[in-house]
Amino acid sequence: METRNLICIGCPLGCPVTVTIDGDDINVTGNTCPRGADYAKKEVLSPTRIVTSSIRVNNGVIARVSVKTKSDIPKSKIFDVMKEIQAVRADAPVALGQVLIKDCAGTGVEIIATKSVNRL
Amino acid sequence: MSGLQYDVTIIGGGVTGAAVARELSRYQLKVCLVERAEDVCSGTSKANSAIVHAGYDAAIGSLKAKMNVEGNRLMGKLSEDLDFAFRRNGSLVLCFSEEDRPALQALYERGVANQVPDLKIISGDEVRAMEPNITDEAVAALYAPTGGIVCPFGLTIALAENACDNGVEFRFLTEVTDIARIEGGYKLAVKGKEDITTRFVVNAAGVYADVFHNMVSEEKIQIIPRKGDYCLLDQEAGKHVDKTIFQLPGKYGKGILVAPTIHGNLLIGPTATDIEDKEGTYTTAKELTEAMQKSAISVKNIPYRQVITSFSGLRAHETHDEFIIGEAAEGFFDAAGIESPGLSSAPAIGVYLAELIAKKSGAQKKEDFIATRKGIPHAAAMSREERAALIKERPDYGTIVCRCENVSEGEIVDSIRRTLGARSLDGIKRRVRQGMGRCQAGFCTPRTMEILSRETGIPMEEICKNQPGSEMITKEA
Amino acid sequence: MTHHDIVIIGGGPAGLSAAAAARKAGIQDILILERDGVLGGILNQCIHNGFGLHTFKEELTGPEYASRYIAMVEEEKIPYKLNTIVVDINRGREVTYINKEEGLVTIQAGAVILAMGCRERPRGALNTPGYRPAGIYSAGTAQRLMNIEGYCVGKEVVILGSGDIGLIMARRMTLEGAKVKVVAELMPYSGGLKRNIVQCLDDYGIPLKLSHTIINIEGKERLTGITLAEVDANRNPIPGTEEHYSCDTLLLSVGLIPENELSKGAGVSMNRVTSGPNVDDCLETEAEGIYACGNVLHVHDLVDFVSQEAALAGENAATYVKEGKKKENAHKVPLLAENGVRYTVPQVLNVDTMKDSVTVRFRVADVYKDRYIAIYYDDKLISRKKKKVLAPGEMEQVVLKKSSFEGYPEIKQIKICTEVE
Repeated sequence: METRNLICIGCPLGCPVTVTIDGDDINVTGNTCPRGADYAKKEVLSPTRIVTSSIRVNNGVIARVSVKTKSDIPKSKIFDVMKEIQAVRADAPVALGQVLIKDCAGTGVEIIATKSVNRL
Repeated sequence: MSGLQYDVTIIGGGVTGAAVARELSRYQLKVCLVERAEDVCSGTSKANSAIVHAGYDAAIGSLKAKMNVEGNRLMGKLSEDLDFAFRRNGSLVLCFSEEDRPALQALYERGVANQVPDLKIISGDEVRAMEPNITDEAVAALYAPTGGIVCPFGLTIALAENACDNGVEFRFLTEVTDIARIEGGYKLAVKGKEDITTRFVVNAAGVYADVFHNMVSEEKIQIIPRKGDYCLLDQEAGKHVDKTIFQLPGKYGKGILVAPTIHGNLLIGPTATDIEDKEGTYTTAKELTEAMQKSAISVKNIPYRQVITSFSGLRAHETHDEFIIGEAAEGFFDAAGIESPGLSSAPAIGVYLAELIAKKSGAQKKEDFIATRKGIPHAAAMSREERAALIKERPDYGTIVCRCENVSEGEIVDSIRRTLGARSLDGIKRRVRQGMGRCQAGFCTPRTMEILSRETGIPMEEICKNQPGSEMITKEA
Repeated sequence: MTHHDIVIIGGGPAGLSAAAAARKAGIQDILILERDGVLGGILNQCIHNGFGLHTFKEELTGPEYASRYIAMVEEEKIPYKLNTIVVDINRGREVTYINKEEGLVTIQAGAVILAMGCRERPRGALNTPGYRPAGIYSAGTAQRLMNIEGYCVGKEVVILGSGDIGLIMARRMTLEGAKVKVVAELMPYSGGLKRNIVQCLDDYGIPLKLSHTIINIEGKERLTGITLAEVDANRNPIPGTEEHYSCDTLLLSVGLIPENELSKGAGVSMNRVTSGPNVDDCLETEAEGIYACGNVLHVHDLVDFVSQEAALAGENAATYVKEGKKKENAHKVPLLAENGVRYTVPQVLNVDTMKDSVTVRFRVADVYKDRYIAIYYDDKLISRKKKKVLAPGEMEQVVLKKSSFEGYPEIKQIKICTEVE
């Protein structure tokens, strides 16, 4: 049996929650609402994050375009995703929502632009 | 001139060196100024009280007294000729107890003997009528209407630019490591660069002046860096006092001044701590606290929460408490021990040393000496019509980069392009006040770096705050 | 002199939302003055996500959130001027701005909406002793250099202050390959949102040291290291707790200050706690026809609330333009912040003319557990609501209904406070 202490980030309350994991049986205590239980379960089973960063733009009016993973990716993949993001160059113009990497670091998740950058 | 590169080489680009350079540039002499840093005004001259003292402090008959009173007298005309900010706001030395009155009287008499004009002792009530924020503890004060405030960067840079316009060669990032006597003059060894040969040397090296003096003279001197910490307050607090408020040394020990700066901030300081490290321009919590606590003895309700920055400067204190100005060895002229009132005295020291050297060399005055210099326009201080006309001619004066101090791109560009233009962020800041305001360059740093890079061709990753080694960014992300 | 019905100072989230709301309320003649080269304000450099949960019910990045409001302004064809800085506003609502193309121009505004945002507190304000080398940045300056210009500001980083921008930058720099060694916070609690502590520090094993401050800064040219020390209850460093960290970069996230130099120039009365103007329930300052919203009014944690507040300012400015001056001798009731409540916005309520409900936002002075938020009309307790946790870093709000004032025709003051039992 494993016990983990987490802080729920579902809302500004930030409840301290305790998760006990016993095989398939996951028990959450300390949460003050159902969202806390959901968060804690996901956090111990398969924690995920949205990654945001920026990609260098060739011939853009600004040097970088901000990007994000289109959906959340496994937490363990964050640095693999960053590596690919850092290796890529985009050509201006870049449109908001444009896909800049199709399947980032084998996550199956796209990297999309979060702003548009006009050409110089 | 017997194969030597220069007639005169000045070591040190502080206010003293710059003043000597400017005055020497009146003569038909080949003059060079060497400076260790990337710009003039990078040592003691950039971190001090920015005060033009009236001249009652120094001992009667001393060089300090003579140079101070003369420097003060010259400052008004000089500020007009060279277009830097200076104002005679007057100064008050506060006396806090009846038992200290004799000391106040002595100060008055010393001032009279030093030929300080218009000195007056006034009562505590008269003081408070003049300056409502003076504490009730003040029982009397010495009032000196000729006391002033100046922009120390503006003064130093104006002198240097004018010297340069008149033919003085400036060598930056040039650190003299040794001085050897050679036939007809001296050879200066420079770190990492070629030697410099010169007939005369002027030693205006601030806290390092003892090092150079002692290389050529048997009469050794010692300069002890006397560290002073300051707090600078927002312009909102700048009208808290109008005159420079000193404290009479007395039962509270050596005093702390409270003064408006010429640009409308309020300045508190300096402490006085003798240290060994000639590079020790660090502030300490103890001294900053001391400066604030002691300032409250003179002035009430200072809004300390409006402090926008604190800094520390080193006075080049010579153990005999006197300026050392004159020929220390054949053809080697000192301007050493130039601590307070050094800024006030600089114009007089410049004239004095230039005349000595001219006489010794027999040099004649130039006919084409340019006596005036025009500063960078500060658009925000102009009338509406003037400003509009300027923007029409130079649209970059319509783009504000530093919003706290209202500094436009045009001013920043001019600070880079002109004579002895800025090559670092601090250089820009000292010329046009970009980043001097309440956000302390938070907003304008990236834009200013870009302009500096664009104008000079220095790559962004090599843009420095001041000297090499102070790069702002490490590499492209 | 050119006249515009509404002139909005600032094209960030507050200004854009105010503009959209004013147009919706039927005002055609609106002008936004923006000092930067693009609309969107600080959101342009806030490339992380977490924006918009309240407004759009989805999690957006800063630029995405901004783009939605920019789109509204563009669709509505609301005029704006970029690279234009306002240098003066007076009580008569004459606005003077400056730009490259037009030079110095003064225009007459029917109503002015102040939406200039805030700035970061600099190192100088802390009086942190030591040298003054390169490598010390406010977190937002570093954020701009990294996210907009694409430069790396350093490799080994210490962050002072646990404000949200500092926390966000801790993660950002870690992702870009820098080593963030520690985040130090003077107070015994963080100034940032909890979710940021979890996602930006805990995720990357970055320690947060509460009740710690920097007592020395080393390095003559570029920063070489700092000394950290624990502080006692009076925030004085405790001897013997010093720890040295070598680093080339120090980021400061030690507070935000509303940028009110223009407001002060216009002669509006200022609030010492918020550092913003005092406003009534219409978000009108004491200068008639001059409204304030967003971070220039008080510093917010969430942009969603900035947008809400600004929309209200936009609507009210529109009403003022259409209907003119409020009636004289209105029944104005001051809101008092007491016992653990540091301030309220608004500071004054016009009971007669208020809308059906008015949101009052405030912050508490310390971290409180299991306390009540109480509202009194004069001495009469009106409402009392228990909160599990209250923290200075998280803005709170209560809603006052117009109907609740029936039966209090002579009310003199409204008090909002915390209570233990």
